[in-house]
Amino acid sequence: MLKLPIYLDNNATTPLDPRVLDAMIPFFTEVYGNAASRNHPFGWAAEEGVDYAREQIAQLIHCDPKEIIFTSGATESDNLAIKGVFEMYSQKGNHVITATTEHKAVLDTCKHIEKLGGRVTYLPVNEQGLISLEDLEAAMTPETILVTIMYGNNETGTIQPIQEIAKIAHKHGALFMTDGTQAVGKIPVDVIADGIDLMAFTAHKMYGPKGVGALYVRRKSPRVKVTAQMDGGGHERGMRSGTLNVPGIVGFGKACELARLEMAQDAERLSKLRDHLEKELLTLEESYVNGSVERRLPHVANISFKYVEGEGLMMGVKDLAVSSGSACTSASLEPSYVLKALGLSDDLAHSSLRFGLSRFTTDEQIEYAIGHVKEAVTKLREMSPLWEMHKEGIDLSSIEWAEH
Amino acid sequence: MAYSDKVIDHYSNPRNVGTLDKSKKTVGTGLVGAPECGDVMRLQIEVDEATNTITDAKFKTFGCGSAIASSSLATEWLKGKTVDEALAIDNMEIVEELALPPVKIHCSVLAEDAIKMAISDYRVKNGLPALEMEKSHH
Repeated sequence: MLKLPIYLDNNATTPLDPRVLDAMIPFFTEVYGNAASRNHPFGWAAEEGVDYAREQIAQLIHCDPKEIIFTSGATESDNLAIKGVFEMYSQKGNHVITATTEHKAVLDTCKHIEKLGGRVTYLPVNEQGLISLEDLEAAMTPETILVTIMYGNNETGTIQPIQEIAKIAHKHGALFMTDGTQAVGKIPVDVIADGIDLMAFTAHKMYGPKGVGALYVRRKSPRVKVTAQMDGGGHERGMRSGTLNVPGIVGFGKACELARLEMAQDAERLSKLRDHLEKELLTLEESYVNGSVERRLPHVANISFKYVEGEGLMMGVKDLAVSSGSACTSASLEPSYVLKALGLSDDLAHSSLRFGLSRFTTDEQIEYAIGHVKEAVTKLREMSPLWEMHKEGIDLSSIEWAEH
Repeated sequence: MAYSDKVIDHYSNPRNVGTLDKSKKTVGTGLVGAPECGDVMRLQIEVDEATNTITDAKFKTFGCGSAIASSSLATEWLKGKTVDEALAIDNMEIVEELALPPVKIHCSVLAEDAIKMAISDYRVKNGLPALEMEKSHH
């Protein structure tokens, strides 16, 4: 029997893989030492667990284990990277370049440094969600210390041209940072080949536990430094103080190992399943894919259904746990700023659904989701005066609406 | 957001979804809201001229569950009422019946506006002056 509701919100968070849990359990009850305790075996065992995890993580993104700084998650990593670079490189310049479709953890941190006297350029994106390399090139100045562009977008899955962006940043003497939260563990990410200097990522988007993340900080050519944002015991090479979350880190390591071993097969299966879902839903008239179809994470689909209203649609797909372009900023009914940056009108942004598949998503679940969404959209359109007008060939923009 | 059972019932089994022939003299149409606001409601009534009674009512709504429920409920209430009785329907009655939370009160306002606009349209078609529509609150 199919269990309802079906979880298709894996860009928000993923379930923990049971194999990850198995690896973590001993570190709660048996190996409970503080990894910073150097004087007894309890501390050594905990440190060994952390060191092993560091290697597992380093292998996934092709870096040196020493280049991994553990944090509480990607939001903290984004904060540490941007604020830390801004402080550390203030002699060199105060200019940071990012994009309008970044996660709030990046955008709001950039807003913060603007208040501290920083200058930030927010690059626009095209209808595919991609920044223009010409725009980036034009925005670079001698004061530019950091370019921060996300790897894969959380709402649309659009993958930015990371290697080309890194090259432009480096040509102008700036560091390149990426928020790899959605991409790491889902597609191959190689910090050397990609030219990444700093990268934020987190365990709970790749079947690991919540509350643990990492910042990759390059140690060689160039040696990158960030000013600590948390004062204390000087853990993590002085960049992030605080007792390490040993069970979480061990789980993060295991999740990375599994991702490294299973990524290719997961990606192949999920992209087929996603494509099937998308193809079926696009058989509904006036439905559109948001973001790039060519450059996209394998497990994400974001689709707008014209002439149905977002909240009503969410109510109609109650058997699915998905995000909508209006609900994802939760309390407010503001349409998604990411979709608006792609040029979508408010109503099309409102009527979008984001499907995020996972390692645990089954064919049966997707078949059910297809039928459920089709039924809801069809029913709501039968009830929609806008759909009727559209079918009669009336141009909705020609109507003088009684604003209320 | 938690919806009341009555909202869920109207959303799942909407009453009187449909379209009346707006070219008929006996049919009044009210179209309120705007797509960019996330709500558009179209409410139609058919009036028996001899008795001034509403014999049929239909709606179509683009909007959230509460907007759909408000218009569905309105059509239920309209049938069988005289035009004057229909004019007396107050949005707060809809709020109470559906247990709408404060953030959804505008859905009931929209339904009341749609009723009044449909009646006004019917009046104009039949040589009577249009209703003075009060500017709705927001």
